[in-house]
Amino acid sequence: MLDNTQVERLEAEAVNSAKVRQPMYAARKKIFPKRASGSFRRFKWLVMAITLSIYYLTPWLRWDRGPFAPDQAVLLDLTNRRFYFFFIEIWPQEFYYVAGLLVMAGVGLFLITSTVGRAWCGYTCPQTVWVDLFLVVERAIEGDRNARIKLDAGPWTARKLVLRVSKHAIWLVIGALTGGAWIFYFADAPTLVGELFTGAAAPVAYITVAVLTATTYTFGGLMREQVCTYMCPWPRIQAAMLDESSLTVTYNDWRGEPRSRHAKKVLAAGQPVGDCVDCNACVAVCPMGIDIRDGQQLECITCALCIDACDGVMDKLGKERGLISYATLSDYNANMMLATAGGASSVNPSLVRAADGLFSDKVAHFHIRKIFRPRTYVYMGMWSLIGLGLLYSLLTRDRLEVNVLHDRNPQFVTLSDGSIRNGYTVKLLNMIPEPRTIIVTMQGLQGAEMSVVGDDVQAGRSFAIPVEPDRLKMLKVFVRQPADQIHGTAQTFTFRVEDKASFEADEYTATFNAPEIAR
Amino acid sequence: MSDEHIDEISGVSTTGHEWDGIRELNNPLPRWWVWTFYITIVWAIGYTIAYPAWPLLHSATKGVLGYSSRNDVGNELAAAEVAKGKYVTAVESKNVSEIAADDALREFAVAAGGAAFKVNCVQCHGSGAQGSKGFPNLNDDDWLWGGKAEQIQQTITHGIRFASDPDTRLSEMPAFGDIITADQIKQVSAYVASLSGTVSDQALVEPGTMVFAENCVACHGDNAKGNKELGAPDLTDAIWLYGSGETAIAAQVRAPKQGVMPAWVGRLGETKVKELAVYVHSLGGGE
Repeated sequence: MLDNTQVERLEAEAVNSAKVRQPMYAARKKIFPKRASGSFRRFKWLVMAITLSIYYLTPWLRWDRGPFAPDQAVLLDLTNRRFYFFFIEIWPQEFYYVAGLLVMAGVGLFLITSTVGRAWCGYTCPQTVWVDLFLVVERAIEGDRNARIKLDAGPWTARKLVLRVSKHAIWLVIGALTGGAWIFYFADAPTLVGELFTGAAAPVAYITVAVLTATTYTFGGLMREQVCTYMCPWPRIQAAMLDESSLTVTYNDWRGEPRSRHAKKVLAAGQPVGDCVDCNACVAVCPMGIDIRDGQQLECITCALCIDACDGVMDKLGKERGLISYATLSDYNANMMLATAGGASSVNPSLVRAADGLFSDKVAHFHIRKIFRPRTYVYMGMWSLIGLGLLYSLLTRDRLEVNVLHDRNPQFVTLSDGSIRNGYTVKLLNMIPEPRTIIVTMQGLQGAEMSVVGDDVQAGRSFAIPVEPDRLKMLKVFVRQPADQIHGTAQTFTFRVEDKASFEADEYTATFNAPEIAR
Repeated sequence: MSDEHIDEISGVSTTGHEWDGIRELNNPLPRWWVWTFYITIVWAIGYTIAYPAWPLLHSATKGVLGYSSRNDVGNELAAAEVAKGKYVTAVESKNVSEIAADDALREFAVAAGGAAFKVNCVQCHGSGAQGSKGFPNLNDDDWLWGGKAEQIQQTITHGIRFASDPDTRLSEMPAFGDIITADQIKQVSAYVASLSGTVSDQALVEPGTMVFAENCVACHGDNAKGNKELGAPDLTDAIWLYGSGETAIAAQVRAPKQGVMPAWVGRLGETKVKELAVYVHSLGGGE
């Protein structure tokens, strides 16, 4: 008989033992951001007020364009395929203006990001603004962080039910208002608001409101930081826009570490101690639920609320503000070298301070000239060039145009007197909201005359034709040249259109085809 | 997988795969993500129950909603029929001149007539109505049987030399090869050619005038301007159905070719014929 210990133990392990098993999915950890106060918070309130006002009020602004065009300042008229923006009216073929603006927005975003980091994410992104708004509601109803944590952990009482139901109800109302405001950009707002409540609006209006209510409520109320971390591609792209001279929200561990809740005791023991008192105020206010002291991370939207929280604590302790601050990587690295004596030791905050306890002169601070560097010059240059180009193009664009389509089948027709006739579809574009009389003249093509099919117009070499406001007028024009005037199988000539009142004109060079032997 | 690798910086374990030193972090998926995935599966199953989807041996499941894209097309076509109904009624009740005078109605008739033309007429007259040798060009201003909208309508309705329609447009040029001599044919051809161009031998023109006066004026007229009542072509203009020049004219005098056009009213109905007439009239040569 063998003793237990005499049985050989084999080196084997189950492939799915608990030690190597990983969770496939992780539930969302609830975040209860504490209310912050300070200059960044005030700035964010301001941005929120401005952006929300723009969003909700813009469709209600009026702009007089005369009796032949809508008087809504900003209107995307999909039915008539027109886009109105104050004094600018854009036809579908002028969509490059919108494309240009989008390119400008993109380059502008690069510029902002390379100078002040993810400012778009932290202050102006609709997701951030609406989450902020939803948090205002949440705080007003359920209280600040501690009260909310307690309520969430507590059992379902009547009070909890009332609070929760009212919170979600208000969220849904905000969602509906968000979706409701959206549709006013696509139709006359005062008319649509009446139709909306009497059930007379188009189904697509109700569907849009419903969809946007659902997405606003889900993204702003339920998913919040999950949208930024998992759904949005921008955090991943923006990292590539940052460099060592970009300002970004930074925990300055060169003065904060080693953090301690018992600074006096540590000091008495002769150990170094930093400014961070490990109060977690920065973590508590973070809407993303992260710890900025772990360094730069994808989840950080740089809303700077941790700066406000930490500055408040530093004020109370009588220390300099800026333990968490906007700083560049190069400044941060320089200060870290200083604090670690060139990387030789761990952080010793006394190295960055002079004998009087204030920061030494060697501590690097951000200087405004860091903003001006080749990268930002390039972005600024691109942005301005595109902007100036668009502006130039906008100010010099035609509001009267002519497009001509030459009949190809048949290319020409021989008439009984031997003369040759070509057909053209002439499109006159009156791109202003006023009726106009357009003079169409042909230049060149000796001896030839025009005639207009259908419309009661005496043609000849020139004719006048009324065109409705903001409309395209299509004409079928026949051009006929006597046989003895024809020179060659393909002669060019010009259709010239003019508005005698505004001196606007446009030209189109067309071809006149004739058979090899015309006579 | 047994030798677990933890990424130093993030403290997250990796999947165990490595590409040139790059490892993939094995972060867990957010749980809402997997729920979204499940919801799409449920939605997909629901969708295949609601709509036609699953293939069977000889057909496919119909879907509980009874949707069919063929019905959709049917409904849209029916709606289009209703929408154009008022135009069709107007075309039925008005004559072609009235239709051509009304802007909206003309636009409708030209579009409808153009579509009918592409199905029924292009085989002879060409897709651009430009015709070819023996088949008249409908774009020009030369009309054998008249270019007024009503005349065009009459031609389309009853055809030309179409034996089975008693009201068809009828005329026949005799084969002059059996009536006059070869010399006379040469002379009259020279005369006719001289009316719109130059001829090879001016000496033939004078006797040709005599031949023309004796044999041709009955139909083509004293001045050779033709006669639309008889479908006799104008011989003084630049348009020649069977070719210009003395040789082509001589061939046509000797043994004339005469085209036939079917009567279309039986096949297309009066409304369609009216639309076609307005379309042809709009091509540029209408009188």
